[in-house]
Amino acid sequence: MRSVRGRIVTAVLTFGGGALLTILVAPLIGSTPISVRRAWDWSVPFSDNPDAQIFFIARLPRTLAGALVGSTLASAGVVFQGLLRNPLATPFTLGVSAGAALGAMLAITFAPTLALAGIPAAPLASFAGSILAVGVVYLLASARHRGLSTNTLLLAGVTMNAFFSALILFVQYFADFTDTFRILRWLMGDLDVSSYTPLVSTLPLVAVSFAAFAWLARPLNLLSLGPDAAESRGLDVTRAQRVAFVSASLATGAAVSVGGPVGFIGIIVPHLVRLMVGADHRVVLPASALFGAAFLVACDVVSRTVLAPLELPVGIITALIGGPFFLWLLVRRR
Amino acid sequence: MLQAVDATFGYGDTPVLHGVSLEIPAGALVGLIGPNGAGKTTLLRLLAGTRRPSHGQVLLDGSPLTSQSRTAVAQRIAVVPQDSQLAFDYTVLEVVLMGRYAHLGTFSVEGPADLALARTALKATGVEALEGRMFSTLSGGEKQRVIIASALAQISDARGSSPGREILILDEPTAALDLKYQLGVASLLHALHADRGLTIVVSTHDLAFAARVCRTLVMIKDGRVLAAGPVEEVLTARQVRELYDVEVDVVHHRDFPLVVPHRTAGTERPA
Repeated sequence: MRSVRGRIVTAVLTFGGGALLTILVAPLIGSTPISVRRAWDWSVPFSDNPDAQIFFIARLPRTLAGALVGSTLASAGVVFQGLLRNPLATPFTLGVSAGAALGAMLAITFAPTLALAGIPAAPLASFAGSILAVGVVYLLASARHRGLSTNTLLLAGVTMNAFFSALILFVQYFADFTDTFRILRWLMGDLDVSSYTPLVSTLPLVAVSFAAFAWLARPLNLLSLGPDAAESRGLDVTRAQRVAFVSASLATGAAVSVGGPVGFIGIIVPHLVRLMVGADHRVVLPASALFGAAFLVACDVVSRTVLAPLELPVGIITALIGGPFFLWLLVRRR
Repeated sequence: MLQAVDATFGYGDTPVLHGVSLEIPAGALVGLIGPNGAGKTTLLRLLAGTRRPSHGQVLLDGSPLTSQSRTAVAQRIAVVPQDSQLAFDYTVLEVVLMGRYAHLGTFSVEGPADLALARTALKATGVEALEGRMFSTLSGGEKQRVIIASALAQISDARGSSPGREILILDEPTAALDLKYQLGVASLLHALHADRGLTIVVSTHDLAFAARVCRTLVMIKDGRVLAAGPVEEVLTARQVRELYDVEVDVVHHRDFPLVVPHRTAGTERPA
């Protein structure tokens, strides 16, 4: 067996190379052909340079948003699966997406023009909603229990998802047609950010979460033995579970505030990565973060081009790939 | 030496152990027997330091486990749980290397010394040929041996060891195994005790196994120690009857006391 360090380096170089290549090529592909040379030609004023405008305003932020959201959801998926000891868990299992959706739709319906420090209300409210949802789940799972009960986490998460969906329908009843359309669009998951602001504002949170993920890699390996066995090997299980829950929830909330609840990334990517590199979280986590970035950016290119000049929300593409993939996983596990 | 002093513990409002005192000298091979729900697993958890007694304490070489860091305790005491289900598909070697957790810094990875200790442990439990296999593809007996190897790797010291320093705790290691594997585990524990000088604490429902493998037995009933001492003194018809509420004969077979149950106490017909 090769050393762990060697496997990490190989995985980072391979998946990182793939991600970099995808991110570099993606902005060049689209319904309007553009020239890289002209886009990067600074002798022409920006306002007279349509290639540069398309490249830097329309496509590059979108591509970077895809990379950020993809890598965050994929690695948060790995952490949630490790925490719940359930390979079929997703970043949205514990209610993050339903809370985020409720927040976003409240903002879209009741405060469509509000903005805080240049950030529009919808992403802020979606982030607040996701934190509220996971906060409730966390309190339920840690009450009357030493550490976090994974069973209670799962049940509370499923219940929160159902309850928040009911609230969403309730609020939706008061929305007009335009708002309803916007809400539906938001729920599909869309990377049409057309500015760098959402990226810059979520980056610090994502960076902190990723630092926590790096610390979590070995604890997650031990947790797959079960909490008692992990504890006897010297792991502070309660602390590891708390760090995993909080960091993965924050990261997911941040990602959803940028791109909406883009489905299936958090389960497809970790599984494909495990098939390629094995189960060790020290390899799976960085590989999933990089592969997730490449995967979502590639899906976004498909969503922008498959029915061009129509631009489909990227969530439709990931769901069309993800649904059958999920079923295949279920059948394969037998 | 591992010592429980007046250790009391409960889950929530349900008391499980009531002032258990127990001494496990370095190099001992101690069996823990008692009915279902008597508190054997809980006592093992207290001895391993993964649960803290609500009253009393557990001492390792005279100092309380609670005053030592988790990793310091884990470097001395390893646990083999009743059954091991992995959530993800690790290789056998990866599972054994997980035992090295307490010896590594936060971001450091296993080095050649850890790998050597892991392979020695695999060899000691006779499963070195399975190193590259996926854990999920192994039989129950093979899994058991891999988990024991992981526990050995956990308490192995790269600088060498003194006899009795390493403590291995096993919770019903033969519960799910067929006859052949049961004998295999018995001789494995015997060898680990004799060759590596391991201190071993093992809980079991199999009295033949307990009599054959252990030097000392501790009887636990209703969260209290009913009897403790050398196998011959503890495993008497009177005490086994008191422990399990069954009528038994104790016969001797090849130098081991063998408990033959014949009916539950208070009933006339043979059980």
